[in-house]
Amino acid sequence: MSTAEPTAADRTVGEPAAADPPGAGRSGPTGPGGPPRMRLADREGALAWIFLMPSVVYILALVAVPFVLAIGFAMSDVTAGDPSFDWVGARNFQAIFDDPVFWQSLGNTFLFTAVSMVLIVVLGKVLANILVADFRGKWLVRFLVLLPWTTPVALSSIAWLWMLDSIFSPIDWVLRKLGLLGTPGAVLGPESNQYWLGEPALAMGSVIAVHVWRLTPLAAVIMMAGLVAIPQDMHEAAKVDGAGYWRRMFEVTIPLVLPVAAVAALFGAVFTFTDMAVVDVLTNGGPNNATQVLTSWAFFRGIDGGDVGQGAAIALFLFPLLLAAAIAILRAVRRMEIR
Amino acid sequence: MAVVEVRNLVKEFDGAGGRRRRRSPARRGVRAVDGVDLRTEEGEYLVLLGPSGCGKTTLLRTVAGLEHPTAGDVLIDGHVVTGLPPRARKVAMVFQSYALYPHKSVFANIVFPLRASGMERTERDRKARWAAGLLGIEHLLERKPRQLSGGERQRVALARALVREPHVFLLDEPLSNLDAKLRASARDELKRFQEEIGTTTIYVTHDQVEAMGLGDRIAVLSAGKVRQVGPPVEVYDDPADTFVATFIGSPPMNLVPRDGVLVGFRPEHLLPAGQVRSADPVTVGLAVDRVEYLSGDRHVYGTATGVGEATRVVARLPATVDAPVEAGQQYDFAVPRDRLRFFDAGTGRRTEPERV
Repeated sequence: MSTAEPTAADRTVGEPAAADPPGAGRSGPTGPGGPPRMRLADREGALAWIFLMPSVVYILALVAVPFVLAIGFAMSDVTAGDPSFDWVGARNFQAIFDDPVFWQSLGNTFLFTAVSMVLIVVLGKVLANILVADFRGKWLVRFLVLLPWTTPVALSSIAWLWMLDSIFSPIDWVLRKLGLLGTPGAVLGPESNQYWLGEPALAMGSVIAVHVWRLTPLAAVIMMAGLVAIPQDMHEAAKVDGAGYWRRMFEVTIPLVLPVAAVAALFGAVFTFTDMAVVDVLTNGGPNNATQVLTSWAFFRGIDGGDVGQGAAIALFLFPLLLAAAIAILRAVRRMEIR
Repeated sequence: MAVVEVRNLVKEFDGAGGRRRRRSPARRGVRAVDGVDLRTEEGEYLVLLGPSGCGKTTLLRTVAGLEHPTAGDVLIDGHVVTGLPPRARKVAMVFQSYALYPHKSVFANIVFPLRASGMERTERDRKARWAAGLLGIEHLLERKPRQLSGGERQRVALARALVREPHVFLLDEPLSNLDAKLRASARDELKRFQEEIGTTTIYVTHDQVEAMGLGDRIAVLSAGKVRQVGPPVEVYDDPADTFVATFIGSPPMNLVPRDGVLVGFRPEHLLPAGQVRSADPVTVGLAVDRVEYLSGDRHVYGTATGVGEATRVVARLPATVDAPVEAGQQYDFAVPRDRLRFFDAGTGRRTEPERV
């Protein structure tokens, strides 16, 4: 592009007379000594469009289009073998509602999300206190605390798969060494292994534990930011006012980090709600669909099973909760701004 | 009511990684408080005055129990409280920021110390209303701190401090967040309020007007040491050293070098020779180079001769003195002899008067 020619973006926005391409100040008649002119860098309206465009394109292409496609597929008989689009109305929804596994997945999704969210917030708050504390070697503790969050979910899930192995589980080994497992009369029973991923209740617990393990660091970092933002005066005033540790914690610190904790909780919820890697790697939905969640069930139905229409219909049930979560996050953020 | 005493108090901050992030950036092994001995009287209003970083706030925080001294002791009513936490000391503190709990209503803020002490509900409600009444904030009890003006917040902070009937009030620059007009009326109120309840009060400020106006006595601090303790008049008229002489007073005391001593005199005592009503005036030649007219007073800047070495000095002419003074002229000024103060040029300490 020649530097002497106004660019297309310049001509479409604002007054053409004032539109100078970058660099015109040096080469053109508006050089040093010329009359004062508006340059591209001064025109915020045009700049706003230029800078926003990549993300607008990104959101349209990778969020809006797939979302509309999903709604379309949910009302169609598209399958992996026959991609031609035929309108079938609510038939896919009828089919998934008749399937008890769908209801189990829906229930599991909410259960896993709710339980992990509570644990993530509580443990995140405790970890955040450790992160803000001042002690020798805190950099090492901070590094270790953040490690789970920086590890890709697929990799860490595989590591957990080995940790929870039905025969070689190191957790079971520790329990056996402690005498809690594997001997007659032991607390956890006489069998040599716990079968973490084989028993429905243990499998659900394992999935929740891995979610909590991987999302707690994120919550801790978010809440650490909240803790650090509380003015030191506030803690000192409470100390002089005669409040002990727990009163300061519950009456001053926690109320003041509450908006931030809400953001941490909602992030935790969204990440748990939409994740399928943990379930897919650990249990593949089993045993007997006991750990099946919406995402994994939609994947099995739509991709593995090839029934794209039903898969899309199942996946659409993620939308209402995510919408509610997004609204709640935005409201919590606004509350922080008001204070 | 109580007597607060600190004995040979030392507080050293270990600099990088230290626990106080706010006011000691990059201080490496700094002695914020360097061997302070100080004792309040019963029910006294003691003001700690000094420039930023002189250690006055650290001293106050050490009395409150928010800082642990490196050496020395804090005594309240004769009991050593050095190792005790703030809650055991029966002190109340008003912070510069007021540190009101933003999520609690004014009422909940005021009763918070009472709840912490386990007082029963009806009793603490009664106490809170009494404190609110004393400060005239009953109508604000349901509000949140963010809905209050600066002056109202200050009253709430005072009510929260007052409600426990502490032995000692500790006030850390409580007026510095108010605008100038409000500050004057709040200062007056603060003084009357303290006279009414008669609680021993330690007040930290860098503002000499506040210190002179509020204090029964003023302790002037610099670089962690107490330079002088005394009533406002004494600190002003008989400064113990050149630091106190130049820190207090606006414009500060003039200091003229003369044979190893510094001769000091206040700008308001340097007047045209004909205006000095004194049996024994010292004549000062003044080559005026600038005159400022400041709401009634005139500040005259010039070079003084006759007292010692030629030195730039300031004279403050009150509105009642109407002798013409113009820049570029030489005048005869004078200072009453009994208004001259003498300081050692090396140490800055006060010395015996000598004949000028």
